[in-house]
Amino acid sequence: MEGLERILREQAFFAGFPEDQIVLVAGCARNHRFEAGQYLFREGEPANEFFLIRHGKVALEIAAPGQQPIVMSTLGEGEIVGASWLVPPYRWTFDARAVELVRALGIDAACLRGKCEADHYLGYEMMKRFAPILVKRLHATRLQILNVYGKR
Amino acid sequence: MVQRPLAASVDPFVPQLYRINRVWRELSDTVTLEIAPSQGPRPNYAPGQFNMLYAFGVGEVAISISGDRTDHRTFVHTVRDVGAASHAIASLGVGATIGVRGPFGTAWPVAEAEGSDIVIVAGGLGLAPLRPAIYHVLANRARYGHVAILFGTRHPQDMLYRDELAAWRRNLDISVEVTVDHAESDWRGNVGVVPALIPRVSFDPRDTVALVCGPEIMMRFTANALRDAGVAPDRISLSMERNMKCAIGLCGHCQFGPAFVCKDGPVMRFDRIERIFAVREI
Repeated sequence: MEGLERILREQAFFAGFPEDQIVLVAGCARNHRFEAGQYLFREGEPANEFFLIRHGKVALEIAAPGQQPIVMSTLGEGEIVGASWLVPPYRWTFDARAVELVRALGIDAACLRGKCEADHYLGYEMMKRFAPILVKRLHATRLQILNVYGKR
Repeated sequence: MVQRPLAASVDPFVPQLYRINRVWRELSDTVTLEIAPSQGPRPNYAPGQFNMLYAFGVGEVAISISGDRTDHRTFVHTVRDVGAASHAIASLGVGATIGVRGPFGTAWPVAEAEGSDIVIVAGGLGLAPLRPAIYHVLANRARYGHVAILFGTRHPQDMLYRDELAAWRRNLDISVEVTVDHAESDWRGNVGVVPALIPRVSFDPRDTVALVCGPEIMMRFTANALRDAGVAPDRISLSMERNMKCAIGLCGHCQFGPAFVCKDGPVMRFDRIERIFAVREI
């Protein structure tokens, strides 16, 4: 457990996180290793866990029937994969695939949601960290759909 | 520190005759031309400047110089086929004659950036006006701190100067990051917008000069991301694009607020244009 706490403390996402709350989050965390091509999760599956990438690259994909999946974003070291664990009905809305070997921390969603309900300070700290990520990705998506490099 | 207009050729209104030495296709709608003066020496230029290229009988268009200025014989221009004049220019073959006025405009602050880290951010065809600055920095690598080249484009198939990007990436003393807006699952590179690459490269924001070129909205997002990372607005330079006609600040077609892009730009400091940058009517 101490190892997980140390790993969490080293992540930019948890910079400035209160020590007692690091311990609480570490209680919901475990290490993962995904080989290249392996899926962290698939669209429609329950969002039981989200991931903090320690090493490697993850592609977020959407697939239409009969067509190759389209990669809409890639995430790398220090970045969070997945926000659907925050929002009912807690199901993934895209696929997440390891582009190369990925080492990640997985945080058990039900465990962390329960601790956030019991300790709203913890919940607020988590929200303060997730909200900027979500806003930044929303802005990035808006820029992507503008197709700014196309002919005008 | 940035703006340094350089003298244009003899009479700036008279096109000089150039011969097309080489043409090569970059993308389905984009070609690169290497041109040489029919007589006399090629005028000197600085990275970031542009020429007015004239397809006889069709029209004239402003195109950035995208070659290596240490080749003293030729100009290199990358042209995207988007309108009548650019279509005519992009259709010219080896041996054809083209009219050239220039070089005009301001330059990238590559000399002023010496001793600092340098972050070069390009979007789509915006890599072309930055390429002479990249050549300069690579040829004078010891004069700069960390060097990062960040390039964003629409799709892996739309990647301008793909071979050169790969070659630059092989340099062990610079960072080259490429991202695309969309890709199929066999693409192993980054997917996302180019400003998202900024936190992924190493530079000291207090001593960094940033050069940015691409679609205006991409430059706006990028300049804001650089500022968020701690780069001062007076250390960020952008290459602006407007409809240029005379190219010497007389006709007013390229007016951008109080400035004319042809003579006060195309390279402009972000702190000097920040206020009017987001004004839609400008």
